Amino acid sequence: MAALAEEQTEVAVKLEPEGPPTLLPPQTGDSAGEGGGGTTNNGPNGGGGNVAASSSAGGDGGTPKPSVAVSAVAPAGAAPVPAAAPEAGAPHDRQTLLAVLQFLRQSNLREAEEALRREARLLEEAVAGSGAPGEADGAGAETASALLSRVTASAPGPAAPDPPVSGASGSAAVSGLATGPAAPGKVGSVAVEDQPDVSAVLSAYNQQGDPTMYEEYYSGLKHFIECSLDCHRAELSQLFYPLFVHMYLELVYNQHENEAKSFFEKFHGDQECYYQDDLRVLSSLTKKEHMKGNETMLDFRTSKFVLRISRDSYQLLKRHLQEKQNNQIWNIVQEHLYIDIFDGMPRSKQQIDAMVGSLAGEAKREANKSKVFFGLLKEPEIEVPLDDEDEEGENEEGKPKKKKPKKDSIGSKSKKQDPNAPPQNRIPLPELKDSDKLDKIMNMKETTKRVRLGPDCLPSICFYTFLNAYQGLTAVDVTDDSSLIAGGFADSTVRVWSVTPKKLRSVKQAADLSLIDKESDDVLERIMDEKTASELKILYGHSGPVYGASFSPDRNYLLSSSEDGTVRLWSLQTFTCLVGYKGHNYPVWDTQFSPYGYYFVSGGHDRVARLWATDHYQPLRIFAGHLADVNCTRFHPNSNYVATGSADRTVRLWDVLNGNCVRIFTGHKGPIHSLTFSPNGRFLATGATDGRVLLWDIGHGLMVGELKGHSDTVCSLRFSRDGEILASGSMDNTVRLWDAIKAFEDLETDDFTTATGHINLPENSQELLLGTYMTKSTPVVHLHFTRRNLVLAAGAYSPQ
Amino acid sequence: MTASCISGSRHRGLHLSALGHLPSGEGRRGSRMAEEKKLKLSNTVLPSESMKVVAESMGIAQIQEETCQLLTDEVSYRIKEIAQDALKFMHMGKRQKLTTSDIDYALKLKNVEPLYGFHAQEFIPFRFASGGGRELYFYEEKEVDLSDIINTPLPRVPLDVCLKAPKEQQKAEATEPLKSAKPGQEEDGPLKGKGQGATPADGKGKEKKAPPLLEGAPLRLKPRSIHELSVEQQLYYKEITEACVGSCEAKRAEALQSIATDPGLYQMLPRFSTFISEGVRVNVVQNNLALLIYLMRMVKALMDNPTLYLEKYVHELIPAVMTCIVSRQLCLRPDVDNHWALRDFAARLVAQICKHFSTTTNNIQSRITKTFTKSWVDEKTPWTTRYGSIAGLAELGHDVIKTLILPRLQQEGERIRGVLDGPVLSNIDRIGADHVQSLLLKHCAPVLAKLRPPPDNQDAYRAEFGSLGPLLCSHVVKARAQAALQAQQVNRTTLTITQPRPTLTLSQAPQPGPRTPGLLKVPGSIALPVQTLVSARAAAPPQPSPPPTKFIVMSSSSSASSTQQVLSLSTSAPGSGSTTTSPVTTTVPSVQPIVKLVSTATSAPPSTAPSGPGSVQKYIVVSLPPTGEGKGGPTSHPSPAPPPTSAPSPLGVSALCGGKLEAGESPPPAPGTPKANGSQPPGCGSPPPAP
Repeated sequence: MAALAEEQTEVAVKLEPEGPPTLLPPQTGDSAGEGGGGTTNNGPNGGGGNVAASSSAGGDGGTPKPSVAVSAVAPAGAAPVPAAAPEAGAPHDRQTLLAVLQFLRQSNLREAEEALRREARLLEEAVAGSGAPGEADGAGAETASALLSRVTASAPGPAAPDPPVSGASGSAAVSGLATGPAAPGKVGSVAVEDQPDVSAVLSAYNQQGDPTMYEEYYSGLKHFIECSLDCHRAELSQLFYPLFVHMYLELVYNQHENEAKSFFEKFHGDQECYYQDDLRVLSSLTKKEHMKGNETMLDFRTSKFVLRISRDSYQLLKRHLQEKQNNQIWNIVQEHLYIDIFDGMPRSKQQIDAMVGSLAGEAKREANKSKVFFGLLKEPEIEVPLDDEDEEGENEEGKPKKKKPKKDSIGSKSKKQDPNAPPQNRIPLPELKDSDKLDKIMNMKETTKRVRLGPDCLPSICFYTFLNAYQGLTAVDVTDDSSLIAGGFADSTVRVWSVTPKKLRSVKQAADLSLIDKESDDVLERIMDEKTASELKILYGHSGPVYGASFSPDRNYLLSSSEDGTVRLWSLQTFTCLVGYKGHNYPVWDTQFSPYGYYFVSGGHDRVARLWATDHYQPLRIFAGHLADVNCTRFHPNSNYVATGSADRTVRLWDVLNGNCVRIFTGHKGPIHSLTFSPNGRFLATGATDGRVLLWDIGHGLMVGELKGHSDTVCSLRFSRDGEILASGSMDNTVRLWDAIKAFEDLETDDFTTATGHINLPENSQELLLGTYMTKSTPVVHLHFTRRNLVLAAGAYSPQ
Repeated sequence: MTASCISGSRHRGLHLSALGHLPSGEGRRGSRMAEEKKLKLSNTVLPSESMKVVAESMGIAQIQEETCQLLTDEVSYRIKEIAQDALKFMHMGKRQKLTTSDIDYALKLKNVEPLYGFHAQEFIPFRFASGGGRELYFYEEKEVDLSDIINTPLPRVPLDVCLKAPKEQQKAEATEPLKSAKPGQEEDGPLKGKGQGATPADGKGKEKKAPPLLEGAPLRLKPRSIHELSVEQQLYYKEITEACVGSCEAKRAEALQSIATDPGLYQMLPRFSTFISEGVRVNVVQNNLALLIYLMRMVKALMDNPTLYLEKYVHELIPAVMTCIVSRQLCLRPDVDNHWALRDFAARLVAQICKHFSTTTNNIQSRITKTFTKSWVDEKTPWTTRYGSIAGLAELGHDVIKTLILPRLQQEGERIRGVLDGPVLSNIDRIGADHVQSLLLKHCAPVLAKLRPPPDNQDAYRAEFGSLGPLLCSHVVKARAQAALQAQQVNRTTLTITQPRPTLTLSQAPQPGPRTPGLLKVPGSIALPVQTLVSARAAAPPQPSPPPTKFIVMSSSSSASSTQQVLSLSTSAPGSGSTTTSPVTTTVPSVQPIVKLVSTATSAPPSTAPSGPGSVQKYIVVSLPPTGEGKGGPTSHPSPAPPPTSAPSPLGVSALCGGKLEAGESPPPAPGTPKANGSQPPGCGSPPPAP
């Protein structure tokens, strides 16, 4: 294990310090490493190694050795043993194959072509994911390492010594992609294109047809689809966008600038409005040179756009294309699209609209099939001292009653293991300290006083307004007990306020500390320096806007992430910076502590989320797979999973244990800016710039609700403590409360829905809206439910 | 390519919004699922002329058209790219506006040196110039002289970030009175400003209002945010407070009516409360009887408003009202002014407050009772305070009278006799004792009438109550006679509290007439207000109705004379008035000089009209002129300076700091007097100076 760990660290170091932007291989989101350039950080490869290191790995072998990336290949190669060997010669074979295919096509020998293609597929299938490393070899060591990282990051480290991990890895490694073992053949080909070498990526576009014909092809298809039966039309319409994009890119790549322009002009209006951000990027891209380093474009090239189409519709399409001999389009469909065919009724327009919108189409059904332990961990038994007389005196009778509801919510879970919960020690968690137990007890006491919310009993909202922030407030967090508020500001500072009468005090200087009688009972009180008491402490250290802040559950630490690429850990005892975690190299958009402390997750512009432990200066896991910035990161309440929301308009759920992506949720039409888990761990709510909030059932991997109402980015989401109410805060200066119980009440969890993933959302989300609360001119940046279910909201007043 | 010069013939300027998608409405909301909204793509490209201009500015003269074209394509593309990245930073920064720093960060992402020096301005204006067939859009960079920058004083440090939440106020409440956090500061600025801007007609109110605010707010700088009143509310507040303490009785009645009935005043309650308490505090010191009366009437109106929940402000109101009951001195001339009426009125208010808000937890009533008893029992308590204490107790109801007052009747009787029958030590004491006696009689008689069996024997009374016995006896007899009526009357008196008010002003009219505040205007313009008053008054005495009861009691001994006074006044000949008053005659003369004084102020120029009022101050300002002159004429004395000091002093005093402020701020209107006014505040206390 140790060996493995070392290897990957080396790789990380080795990444050449090239100009980061140009080489960005955005494909899998592990561009971090390459971009990193100069710093000593592990690039994407870190992922693989770190996986191996696993959370328990204490020291990663200390100093990184400057070994070459190739070394990283070794373990990877070893893992997919069976496939690797035959694949060695694959690259050449494949190129020849392609050439032959092209020749056949040009000669119009369709049958022969088909046959050959079929065989080639088979071949590839056999080769499976291992094609990746093989191909990579040709492309260069660096490519290989990138690929490797992908493989390893998404699938568990193949060679990882952890027994459970390796067990899982067997199959996953072969498939080689986060998307799972769905379609090995396709995945393999994706991997092939998965190189940062642009020309290689683009080479597929070389097979050019007559540029002037493109418009005709496209309008022909359009005509066909529009004339097809209603039930098929909606499904086939999904083809428009990816085809449009790829045809346009082909034109651009082959330097038919004018044709490309007119093609764009002519057809961009047909595309769904939620693609307009991408279209905008596309429209600015008019030259082959621009394609280099354009991340959005590379996203298209390197990942297959996933469509879900019923078998009938697909047959229809196939027949049409074959009849028309529309090879151009057929090629694109073959090469760049992944068509997930299902049996049964075609989906309706609404069903499709609900699920599409992400940068790379829908999630494959298989991607959401793996089991997720979404249950809560068993709470440690803590004896609640019943010595608080006042309570007993008053509630002599009330007590048993109050106990009951608690039993329902917490008690039952703590008694017997939740069947959906992960094994208690699946992820090693820090032990409870005495102070934690005290806090838990406090929490339980507060729980008894908690207000039971519901449609008839809405919470009060207390708004904390940051004045004179000059538009500089970028992040807010509130401690679980609602005693402290931290604000991250554009001026690089982090400010911590105490919102209780208790002032913030730092510990005395070492010299003074030595004078203290350590035996005294109030030693904890004595070590505090009374002179430093103040309501506000300012933490200096970052060199860029602070985009994320998170308190540790024990309130001793604060994390902040910044534009400067670091995550910093601050002590709230001394109000100094303890550690700067470097690794992202690009702006870090969000960070959050695990609900049990110790671990934390961060996500940033480099398209990866990283899992860290506070005592490791390097990440334990790298979650790579997003196609654009990771905007927000949240821990699952049981700390075994991490959810990330991205600018690629997908939400992914990652397994902390092995780094796998276990869920991909598509359906948002804009970058996702907020996430929250329901307290029982079953559901996930996400908010995006499109102003919609989507609800997901984690266990089934389904979208279960859509809350429309906000008119601007949803910046913050939070469930009430018992999960009855969902509060959402937005840039449109409102807080809205939603009836979560009702939203989750009549879930379509029948087998059919689960199996097909076809969802029918309730039409009217307005019925779920319980209240809308306006601020004067204050975007709602953060929401928090106190332990008694009072809502705290925070934001900076921005005069118009 | 700095933004220094970009020429554009086809496309105007370099608007980022044209390049990227700025959050310009459509861009921002466009991402919503609005099917109808079709993407508006701009294929904007920088004109190649721009490239030429840039090249020229770099010293490259001839640049080929082809090169230009390539360059502009490339540059446009890169700019769009950067703009898109910049947007990312805007979103993550939770802002709606793209800033220059966003662009910087976007450049940083691309490993490009950020553009320095574009931070300060919110908006960078592009200038346009044309000539030689070329059009230029450029950003004007001015040359800056370094020394200028160095020498200019540093701008104020911007306010630091702070966190505000309603919760904080809740916290504050726990320890300190709620209101203290709220009123004041905020309005201070705006309101004052408005006050100044207001028409001169409002002059009086202006000052009136100013004092409490100024005094009250220890100008702590608080971030402006909390509990701002809307503009309408501010206006309303200003109008109401001005009217309440202003000179126009009609306006006042309207204002009080509004306070007593409007349902939406809750927001302003803390301010009103502060206004009153501060006003009382200041005006007691200044002995400004009229203002105290007005303020008490405001309290009354607030209490009458069924929609207001006063409990939270009682802590502020009670001290104010109590002050008006027991203060040693409430007016400048205790011998003449009818401060007794104020005490009675305030006593009734306290009783009302007790009735409404006293609970077993706050013990308001018992605390108040204790206060009264303590000051009454004290031997050294002056008669005024004694009167107030008794009145306060008496208003609390029969039980209190029975348990606390009756036992002390004998003792008190002795003391009264000592003053009335003994050698004349002080006229003031005499009057005081006299009032106390009538007060006791008034309140005790009905109680006794109920307590004791019918046969009223003078001797028995004497035996029990000492020197007061006989008088008491006769009153009891009367009381019994009116027993039936009495109840009604009592009711009415309470009901008609409005009535007493006129009384108050009236009673003042006669004596202080010349100089007191309410009448303040009177000095110059006695005619108007006094007449009205008088007419009211005139009507009053003849009527046997309820109000008189109050009345008579107060002025009992001198009632006749006082009425006479009034009447005489109504005749409006000051001289005659003075003569007619018998008991008070002594005082009248003193009054007279005051009248003179005031008028003296007016005497100065022909333009006296304005000046007179001015001197009298804020109060009167507008209306006085004509009559004032007429009045002033006769009485006028040449000495302008001295009189103001003495006579107007009450006014000036009343105006308090507001007055000062006023003087300081707008001295010009009246030449001589205002100045005097300004000088007054310090020497407010002395009544007799005159000539």
